[in-house]
Amino acid sequence: MSTAKFAAGQPVRVRAAFPLGHIRTPYYTRGCVGTIESLAGLDPNPEHLAYGRHDQPPVPLYRVRFQQSALWPAYRGNPQDTVVVDIFEHWLEASDHA
Amino acid sequence: MHDHPHGHPTQPDLEDAPFTEYQVMALALEELLIDKGLITADSMRQGIEAMDAPRPAHGARLVARCWVDPAFEARVLQSTNDAAVELGLNLGETPIHAVKNTLEVHHVIVCTLCSCYPAGLLGEKPDWYKSRAYRSRVVREPRAVLEDFGTHLPADMEVRVHDSTAERRYVVIPLRPQGTEGMTEGELATCVTRDCLIGVALPRIPR
Repeated sequence: MSTAKFAAGQPVRVRAAFPLGHIRTPYYTRGCVGTIESLAGLDPNPEHLAYGRHDQPPVPLYRVRFQQSALWPAYRGNPQDTVVVDIFEHWLEASDHA
Repeated sequence: MHDHPHGHPTQPDLEDAPFTEYQVMALALEELLIDKGLITADSMRQGIEAMDAPRPAHGARLVARCWVDPAFEARVLQSTNDAAVELGLNLGETPIHAVKNTLEVHHVIVCTLCSCYPAGLLGEKPDWYKSRAYRSRVVREPRAVLEDFGTHLPADMEVRVHDSTAERRYVVIPLRPQGTEGMTEGELATCVTRDCLIGVALPRIPR
């Protein structure tokens, strides 16, 4: 059983990686900085499940909150608007930027 | 007006299109499982009935109870699946996470990668929820999408879009509209439509 590496309020960057496979991390978040909203739970990794690997331990899944402007630099609308995305821990790295 | 002879195009019947490979495989698997006695046609039908049982009215009941019972609402925000049992609702295995609208934050639900939806509570998803237009636009211009639905939010209110990318679903607990102070729980439920629970509309008193 793995334990959660990130805490609520912590800034994180989504890995700017583009591997093949059954990836549930949306392209539009890759390389973007957001904030951990909460730990959603420990869930099976879909990247394993898609290939029938049901023997792998569950991994931390976070709700990561992004400012719209961090995702879409040309965002028009309230600068407070946000998007929350469920992202698995191995897609996140600690960030210095808030 | 219609005295000229011409044929009108008719919508093809479902059976007119050739089966896809996946349809053939699904049908073959079903026939095999029935032939081998592992399932029956009746149990298949019951399974489909169970999947079809949830509906937006269940979500409306849940919201109405939240509005009249803050302790229940707290339990819904903790675990919607567990709290729904109190209303006799079985939301299934997939966890549903309720997000509560406030005067400061308005929540909207989407699944940009496919079309994940709180089906265990609301049942069949609307076609527009599956459309590429909704899925691609609502994460980058949510206010324009809400305007398309006739939903106007104050400029200083935060719009928070939830992209359900994992095996977890979201549902919106909207704000109770003004003018509903004297309503019963049953009357309150009539103010809540499916679109309110997705977050593209606001509850209103039915005319």
